[in-house]
Order: sequence, then C-alpha cells, then structure tokens
Amino acid sequence: MLRERIQASNYSFLDKLKSIDYLLILLIIAIGSISVFAIYSTEGGKFSFYTKNHIIRLSIFFSLFLLLSFVRVSTWYKNAYLFYIIGLVLLITVLFFGISASGATRWINLYFLNLQPSELMKIAVIICFARYYHRIQSSDIQSYKFLIQPIILLIIPCYLVIQQPDLGTSILIAGSGIAIIWLAGLNIKYFVYSGLLLLVSLPFAISILKPYQKSRILTFFNPDRDPLGAGYQIIQSKIAIGSGGFFGKGYLKGTQSYLEFLPEKHTDFIFTLFSEEFGFLGSIILLFLYILLIYRIINVGLVSRSFFAKLYCFGFATAIFLYVFVNIAMVLGMLPIVGAPLPIMSYGGSSLLSIMLGLSIVMSCKIYNQEQISVY
Amino acid sequence: MLNRGRNIEKGRVITRRMFILAAAKILLFAGISSRLYNLQISDREKYEILSDKNRIREWKTPPQRGVIVDNFNKVLASNDRVFQLHLILDEINDFDVTMFKIKNLIGLDQFQIKKLYKKKERLKPWDTLVVSDNLTWEQFSKINLYLHELEGAKPVLSTSRFYPYANDLVHIVGYVGDASPKDLQKPEIKENFVPGLKVGKYGIENSLEKILIGNYGIKRYEVNASGKRISQIDYIKERQGNKVNLTIDIEIQKYAQELLKGRAGSICAMDIYTGEVVAMASSPTYDPNKFTHGINEKDWQEIRNNPLKPLINKSIAGLYSPGSTFKPLVALAALEYGILDPNKTIRCKGHKHPYELYGVKYHCWKKEGHGYMKLRNAIKQSCDIYFYEMARLLGVDKLSIIAKRYGLGTNVLGDLYNDEKNGLVPNTKWKRRALEQSWYLGETVINGIGQGYIQTTPLQLCLMTAQIANGGYKIKPHIIKDDTINYKDVINKIKLDQSNFPLHERNYLDDINVEYYQRMYHKKSNINFVLDAMFGSTNEQYGTSYRSRYDDPKYQFAGKTGTSQVRRITDLDRELDLDTDQIEYKKRDHALYVAFAPYKDPRYALSVIIEHGGSGSKAAAPLASKLIKRIIDRHKLREQINNGNTSLA
Repeated sequence: MLRERIQASNYSFLDKLKSIDYLLILLIIAIGSISVFAIYSTEGGKFSFYTKNHIIRLSIFFSLFLLLSFVRVSTWYKNAYLFYIIGLVLLITVLFFGISASGATRWINLYFLNLQPSELMKIAVIICFARYYHRIQSSDIQSYKFLIQPIILLIIPCYLVIQQPDLGTSILIAGSGIAIIWLAGLNIKYFVYSGLLLLVSLPFAISILKPYQKSRILTFFNPDRDPLGAGYQIIQSKIAIGSGGFFGKGYLKGTQSYLEFLPEKHTDFIFTLFSEEFGFLGSIILLFLYILLIYRIINVGLVSRSFFAKLYCFGFATAIFLYVFVNIAMVLGMLPIVGAPLPIMSYGGSSLLSIMLGLSIVMSCKIYNQEQISVY
Repeated sequence: MLNRGRNIEKGRVITRRMFILAAAKILLFAGISSRLYNLQISDREKYEILSDKNRIREWKTPPQRGVIVDNFNKVLASNDRVFQLHLILDEINDFDVTMFKIKNLIGLDQFQIKKLYKKKERLKPWDTLVVSDNLTWEQFSKINLYLHELEGAKPVLSTSRFYPYANDLVHIVGYVGDASPKDLQKPEIKENFVPGLKVGKYGIENSLEKILIGNYGIKRYEVNASGKRISQIDYIKERQGNKVNLTIDIEIQKYAQELLKGRAGSICAMDIYTGEVVAMASSPTYDPNKFTHGINEKDWQEIRNNPLKPLINKSIAGLYSPGSTFKPLVALAALEYGILDPNKTIRCKGHKHPYELYGVKYHCWKKEGHGYMKLRNAIKQSCDIYFYEMARLLGVDKLSIIAKRYGLGTNVLGDLYNDEKNGLVPNTKWKRRALEQSWYLGETVINGIGQGYIQTTPLQLCLMTAQIANGGYKIKPHIIKDDTINYKDVINKIKLDQSNFPLHERNYLDDINVEYYQRMYHKKSNINFVLDAMFGSTNEQYGTSYRSRYDDPKYQFAGKTGTSQVRRITDLDRELDLDTDQIEYKKRDHALYVAFAPYKDPRYALSVIIEHGGSGSKAAAPLASKLIKRIIDRHKLREQINNGNTSLA
C-alpha cells in the first residue's frame, strides 16, 4: 500500500500530460464554443452582457478545470465528505441569507457571483457517495445499516433544495445519488419497491406541491390548458423547435427567439433556440457531442483502478446524462417544466462551475488512474 | 485473498450496473431523437405555420371609394382629405390619462368619451382606436402641438367621402355611413370590410356598393411577443373602387334644385332618344355630408320632422295623380283604338250644366265652360268634359294598355333604387283582384282626366312624355352611363324609322311587349296629332301654358299642364272658388307640367311637379320653361361628350 502511494507520487509531469484525455477537453471546448454562439444569438446578435459574461466565466472555469485536473484523486477522495458538508452549510445559509428571484430563494451573493449552492450539491453528493461506497464491502451493501446512511445523506439536501423551492435541482440531486447507489450494487428489488411506492404516493406528493408546481405538471399533460400562462413556455418551445425543420432557420434567424416569444432562452431554453436555428441536424450533432462526452467520462471510469474513481465517473456520467435528458425532454414537451439547465450550454455561473468542477475530478481520475486508494 | 476476490466481484458489479445504465441512457437518447424527428421533420409544416402565426400580424388598410361623376366627368362624390386622431393602444400606459388630455384638447363631451371607452373594450390590445375621424384644422393642429405629451396618439391624414354638390344630388347619389350589422351581411361588404370603412347607405352609394367599395389592402408586419411591430414584410396595396359615371348634368341638376327651392316637388328631365336622365331633382333636400361621420341628433330630427319630407326622393318615390298631364295619352289611346273622330264636337257648358252619368255630376275645372270643343282644342285648353266622354267611350282597360306601354305603372330605373315606387295604372282586373270590387263607369270617367286610382311618379310622367315626343318609340331610361348603348345608332334608328304604315305582323292594340327602340304606336298620324295639340297648349292663345312659351324656335317647346286634386272638390268649394293662397297648404292641388323641347326637333322631355302648388300653368309650367332654356343651351356640349369628345371634361 505504501508502495503504491509512492508509485503514484512518482508520476512525472510528462506522464501526467500524456494521460490527459484530450478528446474530453476537445469536447468541452466544442460544447463551450457552441454555447457562446448560442448565447450570442439570444441577444439578437449583439455582443452584450450575457455573451460577455458567459465567455468570461467559461474561460475562468475552464482554466480552473485544467488546474484542478492535476489535483490527486486521493485528495478528492479525502475531502469528499468535506465537500458534502460545505455544500450542506451553503444550503442552510441560503435558507437564512439567500437572495430571492422570481419567488425562489436559491442564491448566495458572493459579490462577484451569485452562487447557487444546490448546483454544487449535485457534485458534492456524487463525490460523497462515491467515497462512501468505495469503502463498503460488497457483502455489506445490502444491509440496512449501510443503506440508511446514504438515504439520510440524500434526503437532507433534497429537502433543503425543495424548500427553496427548486423541484428540478432536487430531483437531479436525488437522481445522481440514487445512480451511485445503483452502481454500487444494491439489490434491484429495492429499486423496484421504492419505484412502486413512489407511484402509489404520487397523488399525495402532488397534493403537497406548491400551486405553481402543480400547474406546471398539469400543463405538461395538457399545454393548451392555459396557452398564455403556464402552457405558454412549452407551446412556444415546441413551435420554435418544430418550425426549425431539418436544417433550421439559420444562425441568428430564429424568429421565435429574437421576437421574444421564447422565455428563458439563454438558460433553460437554450436548446430550443439552438434547435430552431440549426434544425434537426444541429440538434442531433449537439446531442451526439453530449453522448461522446458521457462516453469519455465512462471510459475514464473503466480505466481507473479505484472504486472511488469508477463510482465517481460512472455517477457523474449519469448525472450529466440526467441533466441533458431532463433539460431536452423538458423543452421538447416530454417532461414537465422544472428548472434544469443544459450543462455548459446554459447561461449560469453556478451550473457551469459545478460541471467544470465535476469534470476536473474526472480528469484527475484519468491522470491518476493507476492510483489505488486505501479504504481507510 | 478473500478481500481481493470480493474486490474483483465489487468491480464487476459496478461495471455491469454501469452498462445497464448506459443501455438505459441510449434508449432515452433515442427517445429524444425520435421526438426531435417528430417535431422537426414530421410535423414541421404545422409548427412553421404556428411560428408564422406568432410573428406575422396583418393589418387591413381601407380602400378608397370609387368616385361618382356626372355626364361631363365632374366629380359628384369624391374622397376628401380629413384629419383624424388615432390612438395606438399598445403604446399607451395609462389610457385614462391620455383620454383626459385629449378630451381637454379637442373638447369631447361626456357622451363621446363614454362611446370611446365602449369602442376600446371591443378592440384588441394592439389595435388602433379612432378617436375622431373628422377633426377640424384647429383641433388637428392643437393635437400636433401637444403630441409629445400624448402617448400613443397618432394624427392621421385620411380620406373620407365628400359630396361637393351636397344638397343637389343627395336623392340620386345617396350617402355613406358606418356599416350596420345588416350591411355586413351583404356579400360585397362582408368580403371587403375593414373596421372604420364607410359603406353606402342610400341611393347609388348603396345600390352600386359592389363597384364603389374597392378592395382593402393588407399590411403584414413582423411583430414580437408583446405585439410591437418590428418590420413590414408585405404590403398588398388596396384597390380603389371603380368610377361610376352618371348621365346627370350637374349644372342642370343644380338649376333644377334651385328652381324647386322653398317648395316640395320634383323636376325630371330626360333625353327622349337615349333615355338618359339629365336631371332628377327632388325638394326639399338635405346635406349628405352630414351623414358621413354620423349625423348628430339635432340635424337628424330637423330632417326627419320637416313636414315637406326631404328624405323622400319625390321623383321616383312620390306618387301623384297625373291630372291633366295624362290627357295626351288618353287622347292617343282613343285615337289609336279608333274610338272617336278628332273632329267630334262636345259642348262644355260650365258648372251649371256638368257632365252627367247615371245621376252623378262631373264638372269641368273651368267655371264658365269651354263651349264647343274638338279634340285638339280639348287638349290645348284641357277641357275635362271632352275627356269624360272620351274615357267613357274608350273604357279603362284599353286606356290602361296604352298607359302602361308608355311607361306608367312600372318603376323606371329597375332595381337601382330600392325606394322607387311602381305607381298604379288601374283596370277592371286590377280592381277585382286588389279591392275585390267591380269597376264602375264613373271611375273610368275620372280616370280620363288623370284622377282616381291612377298613381304615377314624376319620372314616369317624364318617360311618358319622352316616348310620345320621340314619335312613339320605347326607350331605355337610365341614370348610370351605359357603354353598351351606342347613342348615335339609337337616335338614328328612331329618327329614320318613324314609319307611317301600320306593321301587320303585330297588333299594336293588344297588350304586347315592345322591345327597346321599337315603335309602340299603331298609326303615326295619331302621335303627330297629340304632339300638335300639345304644341297648341303651349304656343297658341287660350293654351293652358301659353304664358310660359318661347317664340324662338330654338327653345320653343310643347307641353301639357296638370292640376291634381288631393281631395274631393265639394259643391261648397266650387261656390267659394278660392284662390290657391286662400286654401290651407295641405289641401291645395298639386301643380304638374310635362313638356318636350325643342318642338321642331325634340330632344328632351321633362316633368315638373310642385306639391300643393296650385295650378300647373301657374306653378309648374314657368319652372319647366326656365329649365328647358338651360337644357337646350347645354345640348351641344352634351352631344360632343356623348359622341366621344371627352376633351371638354
């Protein structure tokens, strides 16, 4: 064990550079560039506030990503619980000192950035669970004693996020956590049972939802229920995407967006704008880029030796998948509208920060993929 | 070792679970792709239409109404510049404040404000509210001065209907106004309607709506989500309505109206060959311009409550007993049927010895009596006794055939005016059917002097006179220029025909249908006899309209006076023998006159009716005489225009 540690520390810088996943970096740059163009288009082709901010954030967070990639994976491992605790503390801070916008209290004012701790929590849960299951023996995984802990760890942040209220992020946090529990090998029957339980309790769950959340879900099933109110976003989004056709309306020519029919076009509905302007072809290419990204992350997990790295990479890949899927399915009218940004593409500092942070851990797993991590 | 084996097992589980997840991910991404395919490829058209519906909004622009011109291309109904104030509703933050400012600026009263609020409720938030469609120049300049304080206000230069000859033509041309729900049911209006468009309410404006209304234009704008116009995409220009050319000569029409001023009555003038109506005046009249922007209550009540009934077009909707103006036609009928020899002498003995039939007495208008009369003299001096006897011999049914043939009892201008009356030429059949009574001989007798059941419109009398004056040929009266008629041909045809010989293929004494520009008479000499008698009536001493004659052959005309009773004359009245001035207005006789001119080569016929004007010779004939001079003076000009020389216009 000691030998392995030394071995790891003996990585030369050249070795480290060699083992960087350049395709992953290329993918990040590609999606990042697309996002700049898309946000430029949301401003009607003017180089203005959003575009400027997005470029600045992209470059800062991308640099941060490169920098943090060289942090040893064991360091991430050691500090995993700390991240979780920091996330939790921030969430509680939001509860008391958070700033509000459009009826929700989700942000902490850090002066240079309005931090959204729930976004960071998405990553914190994954890294925390990866550590937790790293050390648990496969024979212990099925025992209630070891199952109850992660469930509590998951319920606390989810509950806090729901209180903000932010149903979307809460579901995504829960989804990523559950994904890791699944990966760790918990018996399928638990998933089946809890799935059934969820289905049965759904009517009760809906009854305790906030009125706006309820109306969102109702409009999901019938957008024409209130075409100028709750159904407006989804109707307009579908019109924008559908009218894009195969080749799209052309860059900067998306009428739905520049005539302001599209709401939230630089955040949650960025895919709609992209799809309107670049059509089916562009959308499929973008989707493919995300699939490649997910594939590369999974690949890092496959070549990593430690369970921590594997669990983290697979978990993070699943989280990315969930974000992409929930966002696109939402703008396509396949899921109710819940606030869920599209990774990298959407304008928003916290979301971008958490994704970049998550990716740097993936990269560190790649660079130090031979590193063994002791259980204790 | 155990630990190691467990670890390998754990690694396998993780990888296996990952692959299961990956498979699920692929499935879900496939789901997204197929949804994208659905939206963007299968349903693309549907969403494209929805997208265009979102971004493109149409505004209809009102067309200009076609102009109406007279025979000489003088504009009778034009589109004049008006000053309007529009409010662009989506540019206004506080409607109440804006309204308050406007109210103070242009002085709207509480009632108008209420109306505007009501109007606004019916509009969409991006629509335009027309605050006033006819501002004065002062109001308009005031608005412009304070424009920076009025959000959403837009001073607009627009066009609206204007009638430069106002009162002179209202009964012919009519007027426009806001469309009523009933108007909107008419297809020609429904197809071309734009909010705020004025539509024809009366007269030619109403009946020729299809020609005049034009087609609206469409302005397509790209708008954003809040309805603000971003750019104009498309502009389909509106098409102005077509021109309507009348046969009216506005100069003569104006003069006719002037002659009628202060009286109730009508003057009609017609070309006896072409059937063109040269003038059709009705009095009293009113200003059609008042209706364009909605007439105010006071003006409306004034028009409505006028006892002389300005709203009625007396030329075609006024019904009168023709009185003695009917006599030439009675004489013609009697001659055509060979009922009586024009040399037959009847003695008119005055009121002491009236005409008697089965104990009922029928008086001549002349108290002293006319003495021994032959037919020509009877027409000339309008002796009633002669006509009583002639009518008795002729019978009402034969008379009605000729009367109808020469234009009485049916409307003259077809369906151009929906208020035109048919009038009534009675016969035994009619009475049995309509009144379920049999005909009395006494009714025939008074029918012979144009009294009784018979009812005619002034235009019918004019047509009757025209068709006698042109030698007994049927013409096609019209007031809208008819390009299908070659006027030269028509005139030549009628003038050259004038056959003296009876045509044997048809019996002109039967109730036959005669084609346009075909002869209606049986024997030419009968027509000539009547024309000559009418000449006598005007141009010879003892003729009833002798005092209105012209000696100059250029203006010399022939005519027949008429005085139609509006009530039964009692013995007491006869004893009193009051002057017209001494009788209560409502009880005075209608004065009538029909004439044609010039006598030598007739070209125009006219009829004059003065309601309760007294005798035809005193009240009606002098007006006709004045108008005839004017018409003949303008004849050359008219001839040049009608022969295609439009440079005079």
